[in-house]
Amino acid sequence: MSADKPHIRVENLTMAYGDFVIQRNLNFTIQRGDIFTIMGGSGCGKSTLMKIMIGLKTPATGEVFYNGEPFWSGSAERRERYKRRFGTLFQAGALWSSMTLAENVSVALDQYTELSESEIRDIALYKLSLVGLAGFEDYYPSEISGGMRKRAGLARAMALDPEILFFDEPSAGLDPINAKLLDDLILELRDTLETTVVVVNHELPSIFATSNNSVFLDAETKTQLATGDPKRLRDHDPHHTVRNFLARGTIDAEAKTL
Amino acid sequence: MTAPTLTLQSEDPSDLTVALAGDWLLSEPAPGADELLERLRDTPVPKRVTYADAGLGDWDTRLVTTLLKIRRETETKNIELDESALPEGVRQLMRLATVTKPPQGAARKRENVPFLTELGQHTVAMFVGCNSLIVFMGQLVQSCGRWIRGEARYIRSDLVQYIQEAGAESLPIVGLISFLIGAIFAFVGIIQLEQFGAGIYTANLVGVAMVREMAPIMTAIVMAGRIGAAYAAQIGTMRVNEEIDALTTLGLNPMDFLVTPRVIALVVMMPLLTAYASALGVAGGLAVSLVMLDISLIQYVQQTISAVGLNSVFGGLFKCVVYGALVAISGCQQGMASGSSALAVGQATTSAVVQSIILIVVSASVLTVIYINLGI
Repeated sequence: MSADKPHIRVENLTMAYGDFVIQRNLNFTIQRGDIFTIMGGSGCGKSTLMKIMIGLKTPATGEVFYNGEPFWSGSAERRERYKRRFGTLFQAGALWSSMTLAENVSVALDQYTELSESEIRDIALYKLSLVGLAGFEDYYPSEISGGMRKRAGLARAMALDPEILFFDEPSAGLDPINAKLLDDLILELRDTLETTVVVVNHELPSIFATSNNSVFLDAETKTQLATGDPKRLRDHDPHHTVRNFLARGTIDAEAKTL
Repeated sequence: MTAPTLTLQSEDPSDLTVALAGDWLLSEPAPGADELLERLRDTPVPKRVTYADAGLGDWDTRLVTTLLKIRRETETKNIELDESALPEGVRQLMRLATVTKPPQGAARKRENVPFLTELGQHTVAMFVGCNSLIVFMGQLVQSCGRWIRGEARYIRSDLVQYIQEAGAESLPIVGLISFLIGAIFAFVGIIQLEQFGAGIYTANLVGVAMVREMAPIMTAIVMAGRIGAAYAAQIGTMRVNEEIDALTTLGLNPMDFLVTPRVIALVVMMPLLTAYASALGVAGGLAVSLVMLDISLIQYVQQTISAVGLNSVFGGLFKCVVYGALVAISGCQQGMASGSSALAVGQATTSAVVQSIILIVVSASVLTVIYINLGI
């Protein structure tokens, strides 16, 4: 594989709903093994950017390149093949409610591999145990808690050992301990499987603990203000908005008290 | 890409060495651990199993699940397992997969239910279903009481919207179906009655059949599909999204807020729709009669008026109110009782329509017997 090329590159991307432009001129690159955070205030288009990257929404202009190959201007067939190498964790888990957790994880394995039923079951149980859900494989999503649903969604996203994992707000709705465990798991996956991880996140502790690359979307100027290591952005970025966001608004608060 | 292999090397039967080589990927067929597991169950039971790296290439979940299987077997047999030769990443993932123990009693056994047990469960469930329908009707009556006293809280514009959906927006399909049914009745009637030179009585047949029976029933069945199903799906989805819990915590009674306005909308609209359906049914019969029989428009209308008395008109309108209430109640009750998954909402919708149609047909029979005894 072309390991020298950046894993994901976004070029001149503009996203819009009809005539309403949300973000324009987005440019950033993600290297293999990066944990990349998409950050910004509410309503700036973080989730929309992720939807474009995983192929759910067409960009207005611009292109996303995976391993140097264009994703949107290529054929639909190639896009489908690429999608199989992604794993996605949706905000509320988005588990299929009519299937048990093990069945949820098994769907992709059943459709895209030649494995036998017992092998698929073994793999499903292993993926569920990775996210700490051993013993819950025959439960339905409505019978477990929100945090567990989220972890089960992660197990499903990992079913095919994806090259790239996309997370939409993984720690939202989790208690601090479970949020920490999830962060550890993300780091572990990157280290052991060399998975590239793209996260929509605005939990600062989690961003600083895991992420080594990021893009900051601004709702006011409707474009990216900064891209790079979030710790560096917090300390050295020229934009006040970015530093203030990454310091939990304390810069503005200090200015008021002075 | 080299084929994955798992080879057993045992010079000493109590000390096994397992050599792993090749690329262990999900996309490639791999040797199972069956041979090794067999060996572990054999006597003499080995005391120790050691992994050896004999050129392990790429690996993914395939390798980890195989190794976990072997580990579980050695743990139950108290066999020592030396995993130090495995790649760091594999050991890390195996540690992660076993770090949380399944909580006591969480695992479920899949059991086969005997036939008689299942039959009994279904029978009990049927009675419970009937019971909950009656309870629901009781709650509805209480809620109607609050409505009459003006104590019920609901949104007026919602009620107007339910009325529009049940009423005006149903006109095209109800009109089409009743017009065609009137026409079909006229065709059948003309062919039979002409043999006796009594073609004019087609007007009686169409008029009485439409006004007394067919208009109420057909309207109710169309409404069961159009409105009853929609009620079940709307309320069922609200149940899934915890919207009904949100209403309750605000102190709003879901019966007053969701159910009663819907029932009232349908019950109020049913007589209007039925009157419209009767009129179009008669019009359908008229159109066919004018073409196939030698009669005038005035004659047909006169004959219809003389055949259909006020008794029939009010009898039909009363029936359709009963049907409308049953359709709305079935829809809302199934929606409120829906489970919290996409599948359950689908089932609730299906049961709402099936239950509506059964209740319509049963009550139609009962009402017809009552009418005959009362001489209406």
